[in-house]
Amino acid sequence: MSGSQNIIIELDGVKKSFGAVHALQGVDLTVRGGEALGIVGHNGAGKSTLMHILAGSLSPDTGSISLDAATSDWTYSIGQAHSAGVRTVFQELSLCPNLTVIENTRIMHPEIRGAGWRKRAEEMIFSKLEEVFPGSGIDANDYVDELPIAKRQMVEIARAFTGKDGGPRLVILDEPTSSLDAHMSEQLLSHVRAFVSAGGSCILISHLLNEILTTADRIVVMQDGKVVDERETARFDRHSLVEAMGSVVDEQTGVKVTMSDARTGQSVPIVSSGFHEGMKLEAHHGEIVGLAGLSGHGQTEMLVDIFRNAPRDRSGAGSMALVAGDRQVDGVFPIWSIALNMTVSSLRRFVRFGIINGDEERRLAEDWRGRIGIQTPDLDNNILSLSGGNQQKALFARALGSDAQIILMDDPMRGVDIGTKQEVYAILRNEAAKGRTFLWYTTEMNELEHCDHVYVFRENQIVASLPRNELSEQKVLHASFEGG
Amino acid sequence: MSSLMTPRLLRNLLPAISLTVLLLAIFYLQPRAMSYLGLNLLLNLALPIAFATLAQMCMMTVNDLDLGIGAYVGFVACIGATFLRDTPALGVLMLLACVAAYAALGALIHLRNLPSIVVTLGMSFVWLGLALLVLPTPGGKAPDWIRAIMTWKTPMLPFTIYASVGVALIVHIILMRSAYGAVLRGVGGNARSVERAGWSLLRAKVTMYALAGVFGIFSGLALIGLTTSADANIALRYTLLSIAGAILGGGEFVGGRISPIGAVIGATTLTLAGSFLSFLRISPDWQIGAQGGILIIVLALRILINRAEAK
Amino acid sequence: MESAQNRLQAVSRLPWIWAFLAAFLVWLATIIFTQGQGSAQILSAALSFATFSVIVGIGQMYVITLGPGNVDLSIPATMTFAGAVSMKIMDTQDAMVLPGLVIALGCGAAVGTFNFGLIRALRIPPIIATLSSSFLVQSAAIAYGRGIKIKPPPMLAEFTTYRIAGVPLLAICVVGLAVLMGVVLHRTVYGRSVTAIGQNQRAAELAGISVGFIRFATYLLSAVLAGLCGYLLSGFSGGASLNMGAEYLLASIAVVVIGGTSVAGGFSNLPGLWGAALFMFLLVTMLNTFGLSAGFRLILTGVIIVGVITLAGGRKQS
Repeated sequence: MSGSQNIIIELDGVKKSFGAVHALQGVDLTVRGGEALGIVGHNGAGKSTLMHILAGSLSPDTGSISLDAATSDWTYSIGQAHSAGVRTVFQELSLCPNLTVIENTRIMHPEIRGAGWRKRAEEMIFSKLEEVFPGSGIDANDYVDELPIAKRQMVEIARAFTGKDGGPRLVILDEPTSSLDAHMSEQLLSHVRAFVSAGGSCILISHLLNEILTTADRIVVMQDGKVVDERETARFDRHSLVEAMGSVVDEQTGVKVTMSDARTGQSVPIVSSGFHEGMKLEAHHGEIVGLAGLSGHGQTEMLVDIFRNAPRDRSGAGSMALVAGDRQVDGVFPIWSIALNMTVSSLRRFVRFGIINGDEERRLAEDWRGRIGIQTPDLDNNILSLSGGNQQKALFARALGSDAQIILMDDPMRGVDIGTKQEVYAILRNEAAKGRTFLWYTTEMNELEHCDHVYVFRENQIVASLPRNELSEQKVLHASFEGG
Repeated sequence: MSSLMTPRLLRNLLPAISLTVLLLAIFYLQPRAMSYLGLNLLLNLALPIAFATLAQMCMMTVNDLDLGIGAYVGFVACIGATFLRDTPALGVLMLLACVAAYAALGALIHLRNLPSIVVTLGMSFVWLGLALLVLPTPGGKAPDWIRAIMTWKTPMLPFTIYASVGVALIVHIILMRSAYGAVLRGVGGNARSVERAGWSLLRAKVTMYALAGVFGIFSGLALIGLTTSADANIALRYTLLSIAGAILGGGEFVGGRISPIGAVIGATTLTLAGSFLSFLRISPDWQIGAQGGILIIVLALRILINRAEAK
Repeated sequence: MESAQNRLQAVSRLPWIWAFLAAFLVWLATIIFTQGQGSAQILSAALSFATFSVIVGIGQMYVITLGPGNVDLSIPATMTFAGAVSMKIMDTQDAMVLPGLVIALGCGAAVGTFNFGLIRALRIPPIIATLSSSFLVQSAAIAYGRGIKIKPPPMLAEFTTYRIAGVPLLAICVVGLAVLMGVVLHRTVYGRSVTAIGQNQRAAELAGISVGFIRFATYLLSAVLAGLCGYLLSGFSGGASLNMGAEYLLASIAVVVIGGTSVAGGFSNLPGLWGAALFMFLLVTMLNTFGLSAGFRLILTGVIIVGVITLAGGRKQS
């Protein structure tokens, strides 16, 4: 690598917060021409925030971004990134499903127009598809919504590499191989190498460490919104890479609680669930079961699946309740008051002659306000008047206040401050001791310490089943990242 | 993709198949319908409905719906039968103002992120009111040149058929084949990614609304060319018919999935449904029932095709 | 936080106050113009006519509260159908008044079930489903009624036009119905579920609400109320006519929007329905008294609907 010259894009002290969450806490990053940069890190390390900032779809709170050594601070935008030749392939597909591959190519390239535009767009995408994924068999006239997911991703990737004058300068790929099979992944990675040798640059984010180690020239390790390590690839191996992602010191923040750490064997699991292949998840009465692994590897899907298939009795919402993690999408009713949000899953208990008894409903809300410590002058205030942490407490109260004996938790501590977390942990342990069962998907390593049994998910499969006494951060990291 | 009859092909052919089946049934029941005069009678009102359906389809392209198109077509008809005949320059100016109003509506709905259903519902009152101001009682007279076009004795087949085919092809080229048409449909499919690629969503929405306004004008003028006089309430039924026609033609409510050719076929099918009943000697009371029935049957067939595809 | 809170509460209360205030101002302007003549009659007539918009408005409001894309376009057809069938079966006999009511409600229930069946079976948006079924139902009403206006039983006609000290008895009943439906909305599991689904359907499902059943019940409710309205309106206007429902498609949506219910779903406003229905009738009366033509009346109605929705704003971009 040739020193400081030829820098395409440079971030200097970039910070970005979302409410209480400091997603990026001062990141410095340079990308040079002709290099492939690998970025690895566990959940919450800040990879995707960083990528959105590079793509221009988020702007940093502080810090500067310079393109070709020209500082452009806060005015860096999607349009600027686009015209500077920075292309991003996001994890969620950004093709128009109702259009053909050709038409999607044209949308990316405003300069393709006038008579014969179809021919030119077809030429462009077809040759690129053949270059990146030879023999893919994708017809450029196919509609995107009729392509299987792997082919969509191939189109998306190939489209990012198209362009006039030799194509883009920097292509950012976020988990590009998640839907590709081994052969296609191989094709993509060798294309990345060829692209880089020809002078282009690439940022590769992947949970498959083999891909990073064989493709990247340089690897940046992120943790908690910071760059914690950065080396030439040759100076990393898989083991040292996993080490670098883990906590530097194995700090024991929470109280190390003693719980029955071996399953008794003869008891029958009250929840049993699994994917087509791989191990099964089991939960026993009074257990806290952890679902670990990188986010988006099937944990939420399994929880929702368990919830939907729960036996529903007539008296109530059934024996299960779910605490949403993505509050605004899965949990909060934004027009309602705090109290209404808290009681919605318990209403049937208060019905007399068809009418909800307001006093009893009120009592439940007030009771849980005290027990879980929701900080508000009035429970009749709108739910959105609460801070994120207190909104989350209201969602906990909704589930814990219901009759449900099994509580499913979908990474509920996202964006919650540390004080609140400690309070909630205590309540969970208390409730588990009383006989409730918890299935707890968490992206935070230290929360796994509260679990009796941990299952690690990777690519929609359970790849490790760790009883409490065998649990360690290294084991979880290895299971989350290995393979490929 | 290898098999000849892909589900998409089948889905695309469904409107044409429904129309063919209906036509064959009519010809079987009444062989005399298979003549120039017979076809002319059968398809008389197809053209104005087809234009209204295309207008509705333009709104659907960007995931909106127009509950005011019927009243708007009525207003255009009233202008056509009065100002356009008496003071053509003023009439043309008024029609241009209508298109501008539609474009402005598109901008308002986009910028304030309003539900199109409610806004166009409110506009339907406005159009109806304006129509009553222009023409308080049924009457007026269509300009001779419109009358001449609509009653043009074309060789071989009636004018309606040539016009329908021509219009379907032109709109197909504009929306399905042109470079900007892909962007317009892309807005319905994935607005965010279209915006990310640097396109203006506002411009796309205003374009589609203005197009809807233009097709509404064609619908109103074609209508008075056939009826010779106008009436504020003349086209109120078009609102629901146009939605039905666009859906029947393979359009979908959201996601930018539209088909101009299908929409014209759908509108023609709905027009024929009424005639079909009279050949069966079933009371015309059931005309709109038959239209609803055809809509439900075609939607059910589409579900069956989708299920087969999923297997 | 505090001020945002206050503003939210204020906004949630304002819309229906505005509707009543507007209704009052319009009435005031009218009687000032007529120098007090006929002020009571105008109010009485407004109450009478508003009643019918409110009945169908309640059903439409529940449907719209379910969230974006939910709207019942089959209300006019259902009204006509229920009116025609019940009038024909009652055959002007007083003894048949109650069976006739049951039949009208049954017609509504049948349409509602059919609507939801289409939504589920064909997996199509509610607008398309209720549109298709409205074609069928309207046709059935035409075929069944054969265009003959059958008179209602005298007792029904009497009931629907009866006034106590100038106040229509029917209006009092429908105020009662509105209060009842308000209680259902706020104090029953069903009502809470409807507002929850309208705010966030996925969150509602994950909170244990059976979304499918609640949606079914809501489309059923809307159609049953349309049936009731068709029955009462036939009694009020001397029989079922084939286009008696026509104006209620737009009216049912308009009173919901002007009454302050959120078109984005999840927030409904029952008192606002009455305010809006009175306002719309009184507005027409006022413009009439001013000697303005029907054209101006319609234009103003439309401008007000567009104005209200523009001010209320749409769903915030997520």
